[in-house]
Amino acid sequence: MSIEAFYIILTGALVAASSALLGSFLVLRRMAMLGDAISHAVLPGIVVAFLLSGQRESTALLIGAAASGLLATFLIELLHRKARLQEDASIGISFTWLFAIGVLLISTYTGQVDLDQECVLYGEIAYVPLDQVSLGTIWSGPRPLLVSAILFALTLIYLLISFKGLKLLSFNEDHARSLGIRTQVWHFSFMAMVSLVTVLAFEIVGAILIVALLVVPAATAFLWTRSLIPMIVLAVIFGVLSSFGGYYLAVGINGSIAGAMVTVAGLFMLLSVVLMRVLKRS
Amino acid sequence: MSVVNQGYKGAVLEVHNLSSSYNRKPVLWDIDFRLEAAQLVGIVGPNGSGKTTLLRNIMGLMEADSGYVRLFGKNLNEVREKVSYVPQRESVDWQFPVSVREVVEMGRYRPKNLMKRLGAQDHDLVDQALEKVGMLEYAQRQIGQLSGGQQQRVFLARALAQNADLYLMDEPFVGVDAATEDAILKVLSDLRDQGKTVVIVHHDLQTAYQYFDSMVLLNTRLVAYGPRDKVFTRDYLQEAYGGRLTVLSKLSQVIASSEFPVREKGFKEKSGLGDAAD
Amino acid sequence: MLQISNWWIYDSSLWLVAGGTFLLSVSAAVVGGFTFLQKRSLVGDAVAHSILPGVAIAFLFSGEKDPWWLMLGALISGWLSLILMDYLNKRTKLSNDTAIASVLSVFFGVGILLLTYIQQSASGEQSGLDDFLFGQAAAMRSHDLYIYGGLALVLIAATIAFYKEFKLLSFNPEFAQSIGLPVNFLRILLNSLMVLAIALGIQAVGVVLMAALLITPAAAARNYSDGLRAMLWISALIAGFSAITGTLISFSAPSMPTGPWIVVCLSIIALLSLFLAPGKGMLARMLMQRKHQRKITDENVLKAFYHLGERQGNLAAWYGLKDLEAVRDFEAGVIPKAIRRLLRKGHLLRQSERYQFSRAGLDEARRIVRLHRLWEMYLNQRLRLKADHIHPNAETMEHIISPEIEAQLLEELDYPERDPHQSPIPYRS
Repeated sequence: MSIEAFYIILTGALVAASSALLGSFLVLRRMAMLGDAISHAVLPGIVVAFLLSGQRESTALLIGAAASGLLATFLIELLHRKARLQEDASIGISFTWLFAIGVLLISTYTGQVDLDQECVLYGEIAYVPLDQVSLGTIWSGPRPLLVSAILFALTLIYLLISFKGLKLLSFNEDHARSLGIRTQVWHFSFMAMVSLVTVLAFEIVGAILIVALLVVPAATAFLWTRSLIPMIVLAVIFGVLSSFGGYYLAVGINGSIAGAMVTVAGLFMLLSVVLMRVLKRS
Repeated sequence: MSVVNQGYKGAVLEVHNLSSSYNRKPVLWDIDFRLEAAQLVGIVGPNGSGKTTLLRNIMGLMEADSGYVRLFGKNLNEVREKVSYVPQRESVDWQFPVSVREVVEMGRYRPKNLMKRLGAQDHDLVDQALEKVGMLEYAQRQIGQLSGGQQQRVFLARALAQNADLYLMDEPFVGVDAATEDAILKVLSDLRDQGKTVVIVHHDLQTAYQYFDSMVLLNTRLVAYGPRDKVFTRDYLQEAYGGRLTVLSKLSQVIASSEFPVREKGFKEKSGLGDAAD
Repeated sequence: MLQISNWWIYDSSLWLVAGGTFLLSVSAAVVGGFTFLQKRSLVGDAVAHSILPGVAIAFLFSGEKDPWWLMLGALISGWLSLILMDYLNKRTKLSNDTAIASVLSVFFGVGILLLTYIQQSASGEQSGLDDFLFGQAAAMRSHDLYIYGGLALVLIAATIAFYKEFKLLSFNPEFAQSIGLPVNFLRILLNSLMVLAIALGIQAVGVVLMAALLITPAAAARNYSDGLRAMLWISALIAGFSAITGTLISFSAPSMPTGPWIVVCLSIIALLSLFLAPGKGMLARMLMQRKHQRKITDENVLKAFYHLGERQGNLAAWYGLKDLEAVRDFEAGVIPKAIRRLLRKGHLLRQSERYQFSRAGLDEARRIVRLHRLWEMYLNQRLRLKADHIHPNAETMEHIISPEIEAQLLEELDYPERDPHQSPIPYRS
């Protein structure tokens, strides 16, 4: 394995693992499509932040994405509660609108934004080794690798702290509230973490494929397991394997790495479903 | 075990003038009653009579339009530890990847210990609760592999683990086998004999009389409450289960489809004058 | 830019393309009305994303962008995604939501992989397949446009032909089954129409934004009508207008994608409708609430005058505002406005800062007091609420009770003389 391949696979694996950690709860809470909506809706915020700050590695990007993610959640709530529109349509309208605005901004400011429509969809994981950064003499290597390592550490710490809270909230929210637990705190911190993963993974695997990494490995793991911790661990394993398999598949047929990662994750799921059916019969 | 409770004087649960709506439609009209300690109380009424809404209002899971609730003479937040709530069995996803034991452990979760491990005392309480409902041998099972009756026992064990003085249960006898029904009733009677109070939402009139010491008969408004013999009369049952109050349901429709505030804001009248006069 | 704008609007190919997107959008909106009613917006979104690999494989097979092949590929992969979502939801323990998200993202991922593969292969350079991502109507050839437009017309005709059946299916499938409709066949037909509409629609807006073309028009139309027929007409109108506007804007600059512009137009109309539509829009409801609040205040002021008169034993006396405050605490500052409204309505008469009922005003005050006391009577007798508990409830309901309900109350209570507090119930003099 070349060092480039190693960097790409490791970056992909870290992103997939972070996604799987949070995605497990997203699946259990039946909020997968909300993750989908957020991942689309952060686009205009990211583009505006690019335009204003003129660079991609900035906290402005994070703030912009967070702002438009927040706008999306607000819009969905507003449409659903105040305008009394059904929930599925509220989600559908909000994210398509924001995503359309994002695409228009990109095509309007093509020259000024170092971001194109393809990047939005597939990410630029293939260019990971090219984007080097060094932290003095301590470490030097690809910046996206560093970012995804920090992301993974953050997600892991968050999950260790809030494991019981999230478990309680996901299993039976009413019971949690009856115990006097402020479920809103856990809900919002969780959604904030999902948004963070979405934003940081954006340039690596693209806006839409991040949903696959959030949902598919977790859903596959859910099929196989009966308790929570094994499910999360298995989801992480599926995510990491998808990164490996995806890289070699993409190299093999000369296609998008992010697309191939998702394809492999989907294959795991398909195999699991078929296998379970066979096992159930015998 | 609960000496505190037996020493408690006054009503365990007071509901004052409680009105509540669901999707803007009034479901409860001025409910007003109080329950004494150490009894099995059934909240009984036909489908859609607001039984679950009443329970959710008591637990602060819904916002009332007016009125208030007192538990042990205090606000819910001051006495959370003494109150245990058991939602309907269908309200959770039983495919959720947790074991029986983990669910019962959730009864020991508190806002303060969410980031810590449970202590030895907590584990003892969990064991005792599982033992009481006869689920100790299934402790490691995933909850989806249980029968309906066993699932209900798990919910009961979670409530027991909370070690409360007041239990509020929503339809604990739905979809359970006869053996479980007896077992649950036995556990609840034991609780009552220890001086604890159990309030149960129940829709089955046939069994209500034999299960409960007293009853709250509900049909969007309070029909009657008190000892079972006083409530379980032909007239009251006829009133609760017989024809609807047409005017009331028509008015509910009007409210649901209009943009009228369900309660007037800032309403205050000088006492002894006008219509406020007694 | 300005120079360009002089000629682009007269471009005949522009109008051809606009006509094409118009038909595609309208057909999507018509079929999407049912998708919206069935609360399957997100399923529609998933199907749209799932069409991408089908289109790519069709291209690999045929080696060119032939509309018939592309349609076939799109239909097959769209249907496959529907079947898979259904299977995952019903046969595994995955929730509906997870099934949708999984199918959507995996199909799309596979599509992206195939697309990048095609683009990097020799023949793919010119394929223009990535137009499917965001829609690039301008790139469509006129020959293709005729085919797509024709299919859109077929789609609209089929929806009209089965309108009644689809309506029943979306509204109440159990009932449809009970009266002997072939529900399964209809479901398959409606699903096929949806997949076809999506396959056509992505030519105009691309797969990512297709969900908007399907459901946003219906959501926008919802607030204008309760009837399904009218809703479909209005949503078709909105979709058609947005399609033409979006196409015109995207033609004004090179490399401007059509899809996002159409979707932005649609969304803006939808958001405006949801917030501002008369009657059911958010603003209209807020205004209605304010109107109600005023009505309540006015009625409370009249009632206060009445109570004053009742206590003084003279309903025809002149009272000042100070006297009112002795009866009831009003919110600061509301009384002068309410008095002005009541004077304008002719319910009160004024003489140097003192006020008296007019004939109509006295009737109105009587009505409110009557409703209050009747309702107290009802609560007391029928709901058996204690006399000291009924006042707050009646305080609200007196403003809501309609004449029909009043008539029913009177009949049920048999025209009582006095309320539970022994105050007389005033009837028309």
